[in-house]
Amino acid sequence: MSTTTAVQTAHHRSDGVHFEREPLVLGNPTFHDITAKIASIAEDKPTPKYLLALSFTAAIAAWGVGCILYTILTGIGVWGLNNPIGWGWDITNFVFWIGIGHAGTLISAILFLFRQKWRTAINRSAEAMTIFAVICAGLFPLIHVGRIWFAYWLIPYPNQMQMWTNFRSPLEWDVFAVSTYLTVSLIFWFLGMVPDLATLRDVVKNKVAKRLYGFFSLGWSGSMRHWHHYEMAYLILAGISTPLVLSVHSVVSLDFTAGILPGWHTTIFPPYFVAGAIFSGFAMVMTLLVITREVLDLKELITMKHLENMNKIILATGMMVGYAYAMEFFIAQYSGNPYEAFVFINRATGDYAWAYWTMVLCNVVSPQVFWSRRLRRSIPVMFIVSILVNIGMWFERFTIIATSLHHDFLPASWGYYTPTWVEVSIFAGTIGIFLTLFLLFAKYIPVIAIAEVKAILPGAQPQHSHHGAEAPPHQVEQSTSV
Amino acid sequence: MEQRPVATVAEFRDVNALVAAARAVYERGYTRFDCYTPYPVHGLDRAMGVRRTILPYISFLGGVTGLASALLLQWWTGGYDYRLNIGGKPFFAIQFSVPIDFELTVLLCAFFTLFGLLGLCKLPTWWHPLQGDASFRRATDDTFVVAIFSDDPRYTIKDTEELLRSMGGTNVHVHTASADPSTTLQSVTTQSD
Repeated sequence: MSTTTAVQTAHHRSDGVHFEREPLVLGNPTFHDITAKIASIAEDKPTPKYLLALSFTAAIAAWGVGCILYTILTGIGVWGLNNPIGWGWDITNFVFWIGIGHAGTLISAILFLFRQKWRTAINRSAEAMTIFAVICAGLFPLIHVGRIWFAYWLIPYPNQMQMWTNFRSPLEWDVFAVSTYLTVSLIFWFLGMVPDLATLRDVVKNKVAKRLYGFFSLGWSGSMRHWHHYEMAYLILAGISTPLVLSVHSVVSLDFTAGILPGWHTTIFPPYFVAGAIFSGFAMVMTLLVITREVLDLKELITMKHLENMNKIILATGMMVGYAYAMEFFIAQYSGNPYEAFVFINRATGDYAWAYWTMVLCNVVSPQVFWSRRLRRSIPVMFIVSILVNIGMWFERFTIIATSLHHDFLPASWGYYTPTWVEVSIFAGTIGIFLTLFLLFAKYIPVIAIAEVKAILPGAQPQHSHHGAEAPPHQVEQSTSV
Repeated sequence: MEQRPVATVAEFRDVNALVAAARAVYERGYTRFDCYTPYPVHGLDRAMGVRRTILPYISFLGGVTGLASALLLQWWTGGYDYRLNIGGKPFFAIQFSVPIDFELTVLLCAFFTLFGLLGLCKLPTWWHPLQGDASFRRATDDTFVVAIFSDDPRYTIKDTEELLRSMGGTNVHVHTASADPSTTLQSVTTQSD
């Protein structure tokens, strides 16, 4: 029985029930078709369009890096921070980028544990996005400390002052959470890629590329004795990444909640931040995948079903975020604490009301279009909504930070904060860094998890005799959806 | 230059035949054999008689090491070596140590899993006994390969080849290498169909 015959029978069930699941991979490709498709992306000469896009994003990145250098050389006085607003775009961007990363781990780890097979086509790019986003995020606390050359003070190490870091501070927890997150995500991403790098090593013609893929594939041979350990390693990493991803944004939120500032000092923050992180991360995955599948011609692997499933998650997490907005507003009034109540009324009606309502419109209202199946499957609609959600989630962090700070307990210390061109440039620069890394990834690294996609093709897995004749392999293997 | 056989190699196209072949090879008492597949094939490890991996124990050890080092780090630095009063908070308490306990548990668990995996698979490696073989190369693309190595006590060129052929293997051939390991490896197809 070949793979193709299994595909042809995939939708004809003998019991006459016409319940058809959308296939995860379209066009009945063979194993070799998938190898050839992904290898051709890596092997073809970069098109002028690609080089143009790459130089554009690299230019933005370079401009951002220049502004970071300017900040470091001059001091963070070049930013618009003032008293009382000591955290502005820098921390907003930090939280924003960390949040973007969460979708990658969710797709790769949590959906893996839930046996959601549709994740296979998108997990590689989502994980890559995680790593690039965390790199962008990590930049901000480092430059925010002002004297970046002392950033290593964040790490506990024996020193001549005989002092240690303060483990009672959430800021120190953050150092551990973010660096662990980056490291574990890198391990997970790299390990998942080893078999695919081996595939590329064996098919590419270019000598340099062959050497590089050979080096990074660690000599992977596809031995079943190795796969046996490998699958367990992958499962364990998925298992530990799942609580890890929930912990990272929880710890980030503790940076705020541990302070006794009205607007920050709320118990709802950890779950609210995690839901928001997944929400924003999925929106970013959506933005990038809609472009990637178009540009790299991956429509048969990243299908409408994938996009629709992601839109459902965006809708669900968007509702959670909306619930959190409503609940924190309600609790602030219900608490009877006048400062707490004031901060929230001030958010919705005060100097930063424009930011607050942008947030609500983008995050709560715009995803509601996904209740309609037709709109959920419309590329332009999902692209626009994903952009709106990205904007909205940035404003959420800005609203939390700036509105809580700008009206202090005493009206004498009230202020207003506007970023300078340097801060705007640095943020734009991180978008440039992120997109540059993503473009390089999409071209030179297997952008689809080749081995995983092959493993879910109809007929790819043996027909287990103990399951009996009622479960042909294609039905067992195709039977996953949300 | 004299050639010595390294392994008898067979290709399979159908995954069910592959699993049946692997089971047959195992049941015949072969121990030095392996299957090379482009993706993990469910149940193939069991058919080959592969014993359950010990990797979870290694990972667990990593987690315990991480937890212990986190507790020790936070207690020793803040509660013992240099007690610094910050806002009257306790010098050490389980409660505030939880985030870092958790992160280091995960971190060390991940490292132990990674290096445990590499250790168990003896990776990275620059060399594989079958690396010149055309079938073996296609195993990362679309071919299932069963290889029985010549250092297996039950290995004889004739019987092994017959077994693989009877289980539906195609392009069954003996991969040979020069008796002098310093010269280039080459694949010699003795029989093809």
